[in-house]
Amino acid sequence: MTEKHPASAPSAGELFLRFTQVGVSGFGGVMPWARRMLVEERRWLSDEEFSEALSLCQVLPGPNIVNMAVCVGTRFRGARGAMAAFAGLLCAPFAIILALGALFTQYGELPAISAAFRGISAAAAGLIVAMGLKMAASRRLRSPMAVFALAAFVGIALARLPLGVFLLVAAPASVAAAVWRGR
Amino acid sequence: MSEALTQLAIDFSLLSLFAFGGVITVLPEMHRNVVEVHGWMSGAEFAQLFALAQASPGPNILIVSLIGWKVAGLAGAVVATGAVCAPSSLLTYAVSRVWQRFRGARWRKVVEDGLVPVTVGLMLAGGYLITLAADHSVAGFAITAATVAVVLTTRIHPLWLLAAAGLLGLAGWV
Repeated sequence: MTEKHPASAPSAGELFLRFTQVGVSGFGGVMPWARRMLVEERRWLSDEEFSEALSLCQVLPGPNIVNMAVCVGTRFRGARGAMAAFAGLLCAPFAIILALGALFTQYGELPAISAAFRGISAAAAGLIVAMGLKMAASRRLRSPMAVFALAAFVGIALARLPLGVFLLVAAPASVAAAVWRGR
Repeated sequence: MSEALTQLAIDFSLLSLFAFGGVITVLPEMHRNVVEVHGWMSGAEFAQLFALAQASPGPNILIVSLIGWKVAGLAGAVVATGAVCAPSSLLTYAVSRVWQRFRGARWRKVVEDGLVPVTVGLMLAGGYLITLAADHSVAGFAITAATVAVVLTTRIHPLWLLAAAGLLGLAGWV
């Protein structure tokens, strides 16, 4: 890792603050807000640096946005920066969601609330289906490789295989197929 | 640590390392663990917590906090959230320290090409399972289908769709 902007490198406190802002801004997806803050507002990363960091965070396991916070924090302030960005991203939304959870437990049994939540749950499910379909349409899902998408759907949704077992077989097979196709 | 806390820590730290392409891809596994294996809640409750997480600001990984909280209170929320973030974050930290060396590395693109189809399949599996868990009426399935159609054809903010569906529910249509 090279410290690319020593003069303008944000402090740990600043990382915490800005990632707090990012964390509470986004509904159902925070990454666009992270991009806006990092590239457009603060200019801590160039467009290209952001895309590179993003693809790294997507290849690594774990929540992408959390990886992004750790990655950016590390880049500017090492372990301290990583912890500051991580804590900033998660602390406030964590408190908010638990407060909502508590309210929901208290009042969720009320007929009006549970009726509203039947509707909200149905729409929330639709958001996930749509996200999957969008990815399937846009992400270079060339026909032979689509077999692995089908296998994942059948194995996990229909056969209900444990994810670990499935991935131990499917992930190496799918990567091997990508290597073979790339030759 | 109580038995439930230990179980949360084990389950979610494993999920952390399996979550390629983000948390939604491990939704089916979470559902399997939480509803089917441990019986901590019903499928409908799982779908409600998921809806709550979608309607709340912040990273959608926080569905995990709600699950932990439901299972073992505040300690459960902290343990589950920490467990799902820690292993992957440590890995990201380690890789970030040397990542310049891998700039534009070919293996990175090949690994991504290989994992994308699996990720897409897992995401669709998650959508399928959460739909079955959430919808118990024709109107429910209709709202799910309408949401999919609107998201695919317009750029409207998802929060409006959640709000509209909430109003339909409130009006007693679901």
